[in-house]
Amino acid sequence: MSLVIKGASLLGEGPADLFIDDTGTFVDIAPSGAETIDAAGLVALPGLVDLHTHLREPGREDAETILTGSQAAALGGYTAVLAMANTSPVTDTAEAATRVWELGREAGLVHVQPVGAVTRGLAGEELAELGLMHRSRAGVTVFSDDGKCVHDARVMRRALEYVKAFGGVVSQHAQDPSLAGPSACCHEGELSGRLGLPGWPGIAEEVIVARDVMLARHTGSRLHVAHVSTAGSVEVLRWAKAQAGRDGHWDVTAEVTPHHLLLTSDLLAGYDPTFKVNPPLRPQEDVEALRAALADGTIDAVATDHAPHARHDKEHAFVDAAFGMLGLETALGVVRTALPDLSWADVARVMSVTPARIAGLADQGRPLAPGSPANVVLVDPDASVTVDRDASASLSRNNPWHGRSLSSRVVHTVYAGRLTVRDGALAQAGAHSS
Amino acid sequence: MKHLLSIDDLSTDDIHQLFETAADMHDVQRREVKKLPALRGRTVVNMFFEDSTRTRSSFEIAGKWLSADVINVSAKGSSASKGESLRDTVLTVCAMGVDGLVIRHPASGAAVQVSEWVDAAVVNAGDGMHEHPTQALLDAYTLQRHLGSLEGRHVAIIGDLTHSRVFRSNVQCLTRLGARVTVVAPPTLMPSGIVAWSAAAGFETSYDVDAVLPDADAVMMLRVQRERMSGAFFPSAREYTVGYGLTRNRLALLKPDVPICHPGPMNRGLEIAADAADAAQSVVLEQVSSGLAIRMAVLYHLLAGSPEGGIA
Ligand SMILES: [Zn+2]
Repeated sequence: MSLVIKGASLLGEGPADLFIDDTGTFVDIAPSGAETIDAAGLVALPGLVDLHTHLREPGREDAETILTGSQAAALGGYTAVLAMANTSPVTDTAEAATRVWELGREAGLVHVQPVGAVTRGLAGEELAELGLMHRSRAGVTVFSDDGKCVHDARVMRRALEYVKAFGGVVSQHAQDPSLAGPSACCHEGELSGRLGLPGWPGIAEEVIVARDVMLARHTGSRLHVAHVSTAGSVEVLRWAKAQAGRDGHWDVTAEVTPHHLLLTSDLLAGYDPTFKVNPPLRPQEDVEALRAALADGTIDAVATDHAPHARHDKEHAFVDAAFGMLGLETALGVVRTALPDLSWADVARVMSVTPARIAGLADQGRPLAPGSPANVVLVDPDASVTVDRDASASLSRNNPWHGRSLSSRVVHTVYAGRLTVRDGALAQAGAHSS
Repeated sequence: MKHLLSIDDLSTDDIHQLFETAADMHDVQRREVKKLPALRGRTVVNMFFEDSTRTRSSFEIAGKWLSADVINVSAKGSSASKGESLRDTVLTVCAMGVDGLVIRHPASGAAVQVSEWVDAAVVNAGDGMHEHPTQALLDAYTLQRHLGSLEGRHVAIIGDLTHSRVFRSNVQCLTRLGARVTVVAPPTLMPSGIVAWSAAAGFETSYDVDAVLPDADAVMMLRVQRERMSGAFFPSAREYTVGYGLTRNRLALLKPDVPICHPGPMNRGLEIAADAADAAQSVVLEQVSSGLAIRMAVLYHLLAGSPEGGIA
């Protein structure tokens, strides 16, 4: 099936037509018999790439499956997601990684790229079979114990050293467990003091980020910092990037979640577990620092940390409720709302081009130009969407944006030349063709 | 007032009204037949997810003296360990037709959350490190009986503030009644952000017990949870007592007849010396009988009269 997208505004610049042939590649001239989409007034961006998605399969298919997560991703404008390793069983072997990759192919809506665990069973002690995961068909290059911090400095050092052999990257969930204890669930500050919730101090993130950038320098390896949440971490990253730019042979990147760009810790005042997330929501000063860091490139990417949970896992006392919130369907709208002045080219940079580079996904985040694989999202920049948590492809409803109005709207998504989302709804026919 | 979750739910008038009712209830306690018919036909469930014989019995007797049907549900360790959500556990109990739910839970905010799920009037009988409003009311009521009014009086709250729901409720209740409050603890046992909080809420903080005591009109000692002693919050029991305990020597710093409160159970010899616990000005046992009166008043205001609650 070939496709003509007429009159789209490429990265917010003047209108142009995009031609996609039946191999799913952008071409110079309109293929014959192509379906035509009128994209006048819509902004075209390379399909979004999420460095940080929890798909819950295997193990918690009641909360999300690779298929439903893929659907949510497509609706959010994504053409690739990195599926975190903290499933049950953990993605810590080549077989487990390949299985996730295959299920992603079967769903066929986005590229599902498994993230491998850094340590066996996420226990933080022995390295998982990083090399075998890399050599598998899944071709794992990003490794993370996300949900847990690789807190043993020696294990972190070895992981960074080991993945150098094949250009891997370690994505760290930075949370010193001795500074943010097992129940830590609220930004440590006046609010946690008054609410009596166990504090999760910014310093618990910052000391790990500081340690890890030094380890990255020492090993000359690639470090990626997941979901940065504090102004202090931003300062450390700014320093590290300046240094790495001079030394050259080490590479530090970082991501921020949409929710940390817009929501603040005072939402916890009513103890609603919808807003319980790890790392926790932070005060306005941190939010401002994160926005500035994303705009100036200190933070490289936006990653959703899409974390679906069944209702009953959230309906506990706040301290006992599961961490996490949904994010795939709303990410672009949140970024547009939090940073309305960000250019579309910058949106493409932080939500597609750079994430694809960090994850080593050659087919993703490419220019919308002949020869590139046709992964593209078309966005109505002037629309706004009032989020309804029940209008979701996700199996879960832990949506912090319910009832909120977000800027812009994903209208069409094209993955590998096929429409996965048409007029804001899943394009069923496209979902199952090969 | 539909629930009592936090002192913040109460206006100053509400507090005074509760105190007046509590005074009436106090009189009832002295009668030979201690029952009032006020809550006949009403059902109150004490749902305790954490043990507390003292608070549970107080609520139980309070309910019974008001002629309510009182049922105790010990939910300790039950729900989460069986995979049941707190919401399901509570809804199951309330489906049996409950008018009042007295809830004690080890997690901060649990009573607030529960109040959003159920139709019954919810009384927070202590939620984690958050609040224990009836304790604060009974403390203030007790002190008011001794000091007349709390307006302009200086109350020192001393001890493990970080982990204390009693402190969190008391600091609100006492300042609302016009008292000047100074809280004293080692820096490791001060809640995070207390500097900004105290400035906004109008109370003072200090690390120096000896400097605060001579000016105090009332002293409220907080319990040190023994299990936290080696948690790097302070070096040793001995050092804590020397630094922050109400020792015999410190008793001498107090003005005469300054009432001494403690929410119990006391660690004698740790935060409070036996001499202080048993001193003539100790009001520890009086707090227990005040507690009963206050809880009767609270249940009465929430459950008697019109279905919306309120004073009949
Ligand atoms: Zn994480």
